[in-house]
Amino acid sequence: MPKKKVVKTAAPDAAPQVVSKQAASEKIQEVAEEIYGDVMKKGRKPSMSFPVRSLANVKYDVKRGHFEILNKTSTRTLSYNTVKTFAQSMRLLATTKNDLLDKDDIAGKREVYYNSKSWGECRFDEQPESDTLLDDIEAMLSINREQLGYIPEERGGDVCGPLTVIDLDPGTNKDIKIDCTKLGTGAWSIPSRVEHLRFQSKAKLVLVVETASLFQRLVHHRYYEKANCILISMSGVPTRACRRFIRRLSDDQKIPVLAFTDGDPYGYCNIYRTLKVGSGQAAHINRYFCVPQVHYLGVTPQDISDYKLEDATHPLEEADIKRAKDALKNDPFIKHHKEWQQALEHMLKLGVRIEQQAFAKHGLNFVLEHYLPEKLKKGQFLP
Amino acid sequence: MTKTTEGSPKKVQRVETAESMAQKQREISVSEFFLKNRHLLGFDSPRKALMTTVKEAVDNSLDACEEAGILPEISVEIQQTGDNRFRVGITDNGPGIVKNQIPKIFAKLLYGSKFHRLRMSRGQQGIGISAAGMYGQLTTGSTTVILSKTKNGPKAHRIGVQIDTRANKPTILAEEEIEWLPTFYPAQPDGAAPVEPVSFKHGTCVTIEMEAAYIRGRLSVDEYLKQCAIANPHLQLHYRIAVLKKENAKADNGKETEGANGAPAAEGNWNTFQRAVHHLPKAPAEIKPHPHGVELGILMQMLKDTHARTLRSALSQDFSRVSDRAALEICEKAGLNPKANPTRIAHQESEALFKALGETKLMRPPTDCLSPIGEEQIIAGLKKEIQADFYTAVTREPEVYRGNPFQVEVGLAYAKPGENQDLGADDPVRVLRFANRVPLLYMAGACAMSRAITGVNWKAYGLAQPKDAVPVGPMVILLHIASVWVPFTSESKEAIAHYAEIIKEFTYGLQECGRQLSVYLSRRHRQAEADRKRSYIEMYIPHLALGLREILALNDKQEQAVVTKLSDMLERTHLDV
Repeated sequence: MPKKKVVKTAAPDAAPQVVSKQAASEKIQEVAEEIYGDVMKKGRKPSMSFPVRSLANVKYDVKRGHFEILNKTSTRTLSYNTVKTFAQSMRLLATTKNDLLDKDDIAGKREVYYNSKSWGECRFDEQPESDTLLDDIEAMLSINREQLGYIPEERGGDVCGPLTVIDLDPGTNKDIKIDCTKLGTGAWSIPSRVEHLRFQSKAKLVLVVETASLFQRLVHHRYYEKANCILISMSGVPTRACRRFIRRLSDDQKIPVLAFTDGDPYGYCNIYRTLKVGSGQAAHINRYFCVPQVHYLGVTPQDISDYKLEDATHPLEEADIKRAKDALKNDPFIKHHKEWQQALEHMLKLGVRIEQQAFAKHGLNFVLEHYLPEKLKKGQFLP
Repeated sequence: MTKTTEGSPKKVQRVETAESMAQKQREISVSEFFLKNRHLLGFDSPRKALMTTVKEAVDNSLDACEEAGILPEISVEIQQTGDNRFRVGITDNGPGIVKNQIPKIFAKLLYGSKFHRLRMSRGQQGIGISAAGMYGQLTTGSTTVILSKTKNGPKAHRIGVQIDTRANKPTILAEEEIEWLPTFYPAQPDGAAPVEPVSFKHGTCVTIEMEAAYIRGRLSVDEYLKQCAIANPHLQLHYRIAVLKKENAKADNGKETEGANGAPAAEGNWNTFQRAVHHLPKAPAEIKPHPHGVELGILMQMLKDTHARTLRSALSQDFSRVSDRAALEICEKAGLNPKANPTRIAHQESEALFKALGETKLMRPPTDCLSPIGEEQIIAGLKKEIQADFYTAVTREPEVYRGNPFQVEVGLAYAKPGENQDLGADDPVRVLRFANRVPLLYMAGACAMSRAITGVNWKAYGLAQPKDAVPVGPMVILLHIASVWVPFTSESKEAIAHYAEIIKEFTYGLQECGRQLSVYLSRRHRQAEADRKRSYIEMYIPHLALGLREILALNDKQEQAVVTKLSDMLERTHLDV
C-alpha cells in the first residue's frame, strides 16, 4: 500500500478530503506515539488538543459561503479530573483503529456506546458521553467520523421528483439507477454516505422543505411535475448526509436550491443556517457539509401580513425570543446579512411565529396552488 | 429514729403516756434499716441485685489484691439454680483473709478497713459485700459461703455465715478446714481450646445464692465486667454464666411458671478478659486533709482532737501541704498567736482561722494519694475491649473539691463508621463512667460526668451533637474520677455529685481529647479524600495504558511501565496529603 496519507480526489471545496483507512489508522498511531513519548521519554503528562467547537470559534467565510473554523484549540492534559475521559479517549481510539479502520468495519454511535460496556469501569454511562468524545476525536484527527467508520443513526432525508440517482449495488458494485419519480407513494431515502452517488436530472429547482407532512402533501399532488422541481424533506435540522447530498446534487447538476421552513427562529437560525453554512459544532468539516447556494423562500415574517395569516400565528415563546436575540448578537452568518437581521427583528416586533401548515387557513392546497408559485414568480428570496 | 406515729389517737381510744410510749421506742440496727431500704445499696431490682453483688465482690477482690501487691486474677461464675434464683461465686488470687475476720467482713455491715482513712480505694464504707450476703439471706434464706486461703496457712478455711440483722452480727453456721486452692480456667482469646487451669497458693472465694434476674444489655453483669476490664487493664478476669434452658419457649407468655426450670443449666464456656498491663497501678498513699476543702465544723473537730500543743504545729501536722512557714502565714492572716492552744482556738477564733486557710496560697494536695489509671493504661484497656481506629486519653492534674484531692481522666475510642457493629455512626456515643476504677452503670443522667459531656461543644471537634445532648458518632467516651473520697449522690454509688470543680476538670479533659479527635478526623478526612482520588486514578490509568498498548502493539512490560509512570505522575500532583 502506498504510504500517502491524504489522497486528494478533487478540488478541496468540491469534496471532503478522502482519507484512506490506512492513513486514518496511521494518524491515530501518531497521536498514540506522541502520548507514549510524552510519558516515557519526556516524562511529562500527556495532553490532547482539539479545535474549539462552538460558534465562538468560527467565522463566516463569505467568499466560500460557509462557516470556517478559527484556530482556537482546547488542550486536555492528563490530570485527576481528566483521567477518565483520557482513558476513554485512548480506548475509543484503539477501537476505532483496530476494530473499524484496520478491519474495514462500520459502527453506529449507539453501537459505540454499547461496545464500551465491555470496558469495565471505563465504560460510557450515557450515550451523550460517547457522542461528545467521538466529536472530540473527529476534530482532533481532522477526519470526519464517517471516514473513521462511524455511521450516523438518523436518516438523511427523503427525496422525490425528476431525478435519477445512480447508486452502487453493495454486493456486486454494479450501477443501480433509481428514478425518483417512480417510487409510488413513497420516497427515496438519502443514505448516510453520498460521495459515490451520481445524478441525472432536468429539474429547474431543488425545493428543500422542513416538515414531512408538507413534503407528503407536495408529493401527493405531484407538485414536482408541475414545478419541475426535486423535493427534499429534511425533518428538522438537516443531517450531514442530507446537506452533503443537496450540495453534491446542486453542484453536479447546476440546479438552484430553495428552502421552505417554518417561520420561527429555529427554522431560520438552526435549520436554514446549518443547511447553508454549516454548524458551529462541526465547524472543522463545514466546508463539505454546507449548501452555500441555497436561498430562503419562506415562511418570512413579511408573508404573515402579505397572506393575511395574522390569526394563524402563535406567540413567540421565551426560548424563541432568546434564540433570536442570541443569533442577532452571536451568529456570524446573521450578523453578516442585513436582510436576516431585519427579518428577525421584524419577527421579534410582531412577537409571533408561523408554521408552514398555516396556509391551510385559505384551503388545504393553497400552499401549492398559490403561495409557492407566487413566491417563485416573484423571485425575492432571503440570502 | 423513733416510731411515735404508731398508735395515733385517731385509731386508739386510750391515751398514750410518755412512759408507755417509751416502752415502744427502741434502737434500730443498721442492718434492719438497710433491710427495709435496700434500694439505697443497689438491690432495688432482681436484675440490679445480681450486678451489685458481682460488683461488690469484684471491688473487694481488686482492692485486696492491689493492697497486697498481687496482680489480680479474678473469676466470676454465675449459675441459675431456679426460676428466679442464681448462685454467684467470685474467686480471687488475693492475700486471703485471716479466719477470725471472715465472719465480720462478710456478715457485719459497716465493718471494714477503708472507712476510717483518707486513701483511694474502690470500696469505702464496708457495706457492700455484707449487704449482698444479707440480700441473699433475705430472698432465699441461704448462707454466704467463704473459702479463703492465706499464703502461710496450710489449709483453706470454709465458713458459712448469716447475718443477725437485729444485732448486726455474724452468725457462723459452718466452719471447717479443707484442701482448696483458687483455680482459674483461662479461655483463649480467639476461642480456641482452653489452656491448662491456673492455681494460686492464696485467695478467697465467696458464694452467695439469691433471688435475681439475668438480662443481657447495657446494664448487665456482662457489661459491668467488660468495663471493669477496660478500667483495670492489669486485671485478668474470667467469666462464665450458666442459664437454665427454658422449656418450649415458655418465655413467650412473658409469664414464668413453676415448670420452667426443667432442663439443667447449660455449662457456659469460660470467657477471659485478657490482662493488657503487667504491672500494678501505683499504690495510693494515705493523706491528711488539705486546708482548702475542710468545712468549719470539721476544722473545729480537728483542732479539738489534735495531739499538737500549738496552733502552728497543729496546722502543719494535721493538714497536708501546710509547711511550717505556711502555718505561720495562716496564723498571721487570721491574727492569731501561732503558739496558741489549738483547743482554745477551736472554740473562739476558728472562723478567722477558717477564713485565713481559704485565703492562703498553698501547694496542691499531694498526688501520690491518687492512683489514676494513666493515659497509656486507659488506651491499652480501650484497645483490648473496644475495636476502634483512634484512641486517645488524658489524665488531668489533680484538683481539689472540699479539701479532697481528685483527679480526672478522659479516654476516647473512635471507630470508623461501620468498623464496629456495636458503635453505630448515627447513635449517641457510648459513655463509660468510672469512679476509682469502678464502672458506674446506672443513673447516668444524674451524674456530673454526663453533665460535662453535654456541656462540651462537640461540633467544634467534628461530631454531630443534638442540642444539650450527648454527641452522635461511632465513639466511646471513658470518664474516670479518682479520689480519696468520691462524692456520690447516693449510697448505691452510681452517680457523681455536681461539684463545679469536678465538672470543670472533666470539661477540660473532654476538650483536650476532643481536640485530638478533631486532628485525627481531619487527617482521616484528608486521607480518605486522597484514597478516593488514588483509587480513581488507579482505576483509569490501566485503561489508558491498554488503549496505548492496543494502538502501538506494546508488550506487557511497556504497558506496565506506562501504568507505573502515569500513576506516579498523577499521584505526585494530586495526592500530597
